[in-house]
Amino acid sequence: MTSSKTVFTMSGGRVNLDRRPVLRGIDLSVEPGEAVAVLGANGSGKSTLIRALLGLIPLSGGETLLYDRPPARFREWWRIGYVPQRLSVGGGVPTTIREIVASGRIARQRRLRPTSAADREATGRALAAVGLAHRASDPVQALSGGQQQRVLIARALAGEPDTFVMDEPTAGVDSESQKLLAETLSVLVEQGKTVLLVAHELGPLEPLITRAVVLRDGYVCHDGPPPHAVGTHALPGHDHVHPHAEEEPVSPLDWRPIS
Amino acid sequence: MIELLQFDFMRRALIAALLVGLVAPAIGTFMVQRRLALLGDGIGHVALTGVALGFLTGTAPVLTAVLVSVLGAVAIELVRARGRTSGDVALALLFYGGIAGGVLLISLAPGGSNATLTSYLFGSISSVPVEDVWVIGLLAAAVLGVLVVFGRELYVLSQDEEVARASGLPVRFLSLLIAVTAALTVVIAMRVVGLLLVSALMVVPVATSQQLTRGFTSTMLLSMLFGMISTVGGLTSSFYVEVPPGAVIVIVALTGFVLALGLGRFIRRSRPQESTP
Repeated sequence: MTSSKTVFTMSGGRVNLDRRPVLRGIDLSVEPGEAVAVLGANGSGKSTLIRALLGLIPLSGGETLLYDRPPARFREWWRIGYVPQRLSVGGGVPTTIREIVASGRIARQRRLRPTSAADREATGRALAAVGLAHRASDPVQALSGGQQQRVLIARALAGEPDTFVMDEPTAGVDSESQKLLAETLSVLVEQGKTVLLVAHELGPLEPLITRAVVLRDGYVCHDGPPPHAVGTHALPGHDHVHPHAEEEPVSPLDWRPIS
Repeated sequence: MIELLQFDFMRRALIAALLVGLVAPAIGTFMVQRRLALLGDGIGHVALTGVALGFLTGTAPVLTAVLVSVLGAVAIELVRARGRTSGDVALALLFYGGIAGGVLLISLAPGGSNATLTSYLFGSISSVPVEDVWVIGLLAAAVLGVLVVFGRELYVLSQDEEVARASGLPVRFLSLLIAVTAALTVVIAMRVVGLLLVSALMVVPVATSQQLTRGFTSTMLLSMLFGMISTVGGLTSSFYVEVPPGAVIVIVALTGFVLALGLGRFIRRSRPQESTP
């Protein structure tokens, strides 16, 4: 399944949104089997970067390749599982969890060919992997934010791609769902899948990330091992205003009159 | 009900009503999901220019309406995809242009007047000629064919355009397909409920069935049933009481919505509470 082709190769990538430069020259390549986190402060261009890597936003300069091909000429989309940040509820026509997850098979399906047994099995496995099999016929609209995120991940899982691209999978997600996500992802990484995710902070995902790419003002300012232990506090742009741990913990109970 | 079928015009009208009731909510489900509920209205206004063009040139108004409304739908879709903010303004421009163009062209047509347009604006199902029934049948088959072949892809598109693109789907083609299919549906529905009420049949049955369902497919199928009940029910009652069928059809559909609203509340309350950890 895994090939030796580089998954993403961006050289000198520039993106303008509304004539404002968001990415100002990004060189980045991601090899198969890597688990890469794109980190950075709000507005540093993280989401823009992964969407540009997938060809969802046009580059205004430089070039980007998906499995050695420009996105416009890329044909093997079944290799990509894209997990957007939010479930877009749209006009609010109800839809079941199973319908959403099953639609992740689309890149593997042919027109006029009915849904196959393999499609149904993959959908079932994906639902089980995120712990939502028992709720498959419930409408997604009834789920909490964390559960909706799990549905989106299941949709990507159902397509059995080689590479997962996730936009802030941990944002606004309860800690239980975050732990479940970390478990699911570590299985994928063990299977040799490529993972590229955007995060504001890594949290429980930290142990499985092999490489961190930190963006600042549209440039890559760090590319290498993830900033361990210190977590997001070491990131550029982080406002380091709270008291350090070495300082005496202060609580109302510690208060004593100075005599 | 049986005595209705003794009349040729009524048989034709019932066939047209059934087809429209079946097809309009089916494409309407995708439009509602994509937040394009008013697209049908926009196309309906443009179709009026097409109808007038037919009278002016001596061609069948149904055919010119197909042509012009397809062009209008493509224009709306291109503007929607291009401009990020001015989608509703573009739609509004087409509304006005369509009506003004229709009134202008019909006044130039020999013997044409605004009264000619009235039957298209408000429908005239009881005077549908045989040829129109054939055209309606063919267009309905085309619309259903599109939904059968492209349904899965249209579902992904209407859920999330970026995911559709990242799945390798031809997003622009599919968006145009929805617009063109909507345009065909507008022309089909034009004879039944009239251009001003076309959108009601695309939107109201969907709004009704989504009160009662949990899935996308079930919403679509149920809305098709509601659509047929509305058109046939409205047509039948207008046979017994002297009222315009188009208006009755829409009123029947809206009554169904109000009933479903209450019923939906009741169903949700009586369902066992789902645990949301």
